[in-house]
Amino acid sequence: MSHVLQIRDLRVEAPDGTVLLHGVSLDLNPGEVLGLIGESGAGKSTVALASMGYGRGGCRITGGEIRLAGTEMRTAPRQTREALRGTRIAYVAQSAAAAFNPAMRLERQILEVPRVHGLMNEAEARVWMTDLFSALQLPDPEHFGRRFPHQVSGGQLQRAMIAMAMAGKPDILVLDEPTTALDVTTQIEVLRLLRDVIRRYGTAALYITHDLAVIAQIADRLMVLRNGREVETGPTAALLDTPQQDYTRLLVAERHGSLTASQRMHNPGKDELLAIEGVDAFYGRTQVLHDVSLRLNRGETLAVVGESGSGKSTLARLIAGLLPPARGEVRLDGARLPPELSQRDNAQLRRVQLVYQLPDVALNPHQTVGEAIGRPLALFGGLRGRALKDEVARLLDQIGLPACFAARLPGALSGGQKQRVCIARALAAKPDLLICDEVTSALDPLVAEDILRLLLQLQNELGIAYLFITHDLSVVRRLADRVMVMQTGRIIETAGTATLFATPEQAYTRRLLAAVPELRTNWLDEVTAAH
Amino acid sequence: MTLPVFGRIPLSAVFGTLILAGTLVLFLFGPMLAPYGQEDVLGMPFAEPSAAHPLGLDQNGRDMMSRLLHGARMSVGVSLTAVVISFCIGVPLGFLAALRGGWPDLIGARLVDIVMSIPVLISALVVLQALGSSLPVLIGTIALLDSTRVFRLARILAQGIVVMEYAEVARLRGEGLWWMLRREILPNALPPLMAEFGMRFCFAFLFVAGLSYLGLGVQPPFADWGGMVRDCQQGILYGLYAPLFPAGTIALVTIGVNLVVDWALAGRTTIQGENR
Repeated sequence: MSHVLQIRDLRVEAPDGTVLLHGVSLDLNPGEVLGLIGESGAGKSTVALASMGYGRGGCRITGGEIRLAGTEMRTAPRQTREALRGTRIAYVAQSAAAAFNPAMRLERQILEVPRVHGLMNEAEARVWMTDLFSALQLPDPEHFGRRFPHQVSGGQLQRAMIAMAMAGKPDILVLDEPTTALDVTTQIEVLRLLRDVIRRYGTAALYITHDLAVIAQIADRLMVLRNGREVETGPTAALLDTPQQDYTRLLVAERHGSLTASQRMHNPGKDELLAIEGVDAFYGRTQVLHDVSLRLNRGETLAVVGESGSGKSTLARLIAGLLPPARGEVRLDGARLPPELSQRDNAQLRRVQLVYQLPDVALNPHQTVGEAIGRPLALFGGLRGRALKDEVARLLDQIGLPACFAARLPGALSGGQKQRVCIARALAAKPDLLICDEVTSALDPLVAEDILRLLLQLQNELGIAYLFITHDLSVVRRLADRVMVMQTGRIIETAGTATLFATPEQAYTRRLLAAVPELRTNWLDEVTAAH
Repeated sequence: MTLPVFGRIPLSAVFGTLILAGTLVLFLFGPMLAPYGQEDVLGMPFAEPSAAHPLGLDQNGRDMMSRLLHGARMSVGVSLTAVVISFCIGVPLGFLAALRGGWPDLIGARLVDIVMSIPVLISALVVLQALGSSLPVLIGTIALLDSTRVFRLARILAQGIVVMEYAEVARLRGEGLWWMLRREILPNALPPLMAEFGMRFCFAFLFVAGLSYLGLGVQPPFADWGGMVRDCQQGILYGLYAPLFPAGTIALVTIGVNLVVDWALAGRTTIQGENR
């Protein structure tokens, strides 16, 4: 028995009969890490869950075989499958916060696996758990398990989740985007420890991600999936250097492009559009912005970067009028913007528009695309009837969607199309300032690439200023004229994009820049060695 | 908003629609279809079903089928009117409370809490005793009491929707109250509200029955289904069918309403939208 997991011609169907996987095959050797990559809907998670003999949300495994530790998972009785889960194969979810029961201490949830399966006695299990905590460099490994999930940080919780998966000493870990929800600086830490643990205990892994640079650091082999079919499989370095298929080439090129593209040629205006002076803001009693000041010229792009909790989204809400500042003021074209939304007049509302991170919840599911885009046109531009319809069609054309989309509801659109509609809705108000709050982070890399290109093109055509909030530094490099780095509600550093990337002044900025994964397979080792 | 078009109507929905259509016919034409008057005493109390009286006679010797037919208008009419009024009061106020927040919300919510802390039957008894039991008072009382429940649901639903980003976008556009209520909140709160409507309608049936039992509901000699269950309930002790007929009609209408509501809700049970 050379393979720990063997999948042959796996077919999975959704409850409505849609085929999710059209015959996927893979082999996993002991101690090997196989990366599954592809965009959403490619079938990555479906493959991973099927390897545990599980179909999510009523999905059925309709064909093929899944051999796990010599057992055919498809035909095995339920008890057999359940006995193998946790002991032979274990799952690490993307969001540890959602996977842990908030009402139970960590140790109780982690020790549950060895207890339920009767793998070891209580004392042995505790020793093993402490070993794992030490290996994952969790603070105070002896007592770490006494904490509740809300008492540890996001990165620690994700590591605790890895410990929980390892608790049953499985042969295979199924890792479903385990670092995607983390900040860049946390991600590299978790990634490094995860790799160490896998190597130390010789565990094999199926690693699912859409980020090529992340998977390049950890996987021995890669399998590219698209629309439920295998595109190609190969050793990591070979696949990244010489991709055989067009689709893989596109993926690799996108990642390379986003990393190496130089500062674009762009001449922003010289007149000041937006100025923020010494702003403090609070959520309840907690101060979230400390003395923030910034300036933004017409047609300029200012990127605001920082980890979650750094106050970058709060800044967006403050400018938009959703959160009145406790001190300081916001000026648009030299005129003070009233802090409260209700005090702003139509023109002030029109000139500042916001595009959100999640297009799914930014569009009313019961309004058609035409209604969503047409409303600001009617409200601010006073357009009616024929003129309104024509303008909606023009805007749809501008964002690269056919005019017939006006009649569709958001439910019939893909994520990228929804985000385009959100942008069109903002453009309909003819804004001077567009605040983009993580507009690409919920999208697949290739789709995000399209959206960025659209934003660049729109700025060239319309001369809108962008306040671009993001944690993705590769986006910043391509889009921004200037960058502002924020940490815990304060501005740490502001500089021209080229200057900031070449000579960052603050230690925090350097750490942030160093944490962006690169496509070279030995990048993680270099970063680890540098520390 | 467009009505969903169904290629194939599920069997349960066909049943539900048939039942509701039947109820509608009874509501409109029931008294005309009845072979006897609702007050006519025709024989021995609790007489067994016979050719002349297919459902037998009730505790006073009146024809059960005729009373059911007469009672349809009263029972369905009272419940439906009361529930429609309660939604007309509760939904706009609940939405408004969630949208405005602050002290109007606080006062509204606490007021509703106070009313809800008193058992509905007690509140209804006090009002009906004080004002006397007439149909408008009965409907008004049930509607007002029910509207507190509707208010709570509408408020909590709207609170969830108001914080959604699409509602925020509308606020950033400076949309007025009417647009927010009508276009942003209502369409997205509709599915749970429809489910609640179906349920409230059935509860109102039973509530009227309870009040009738205490002599404060629909006044005799007018027939209503709930009251008929109560009137005939001692028949149960003697193993008679009599109370089963009015109870059965209530159950049937209840099931019909819920089947249709379920059908209307199928596939649109999320309040936030797709893919969430």
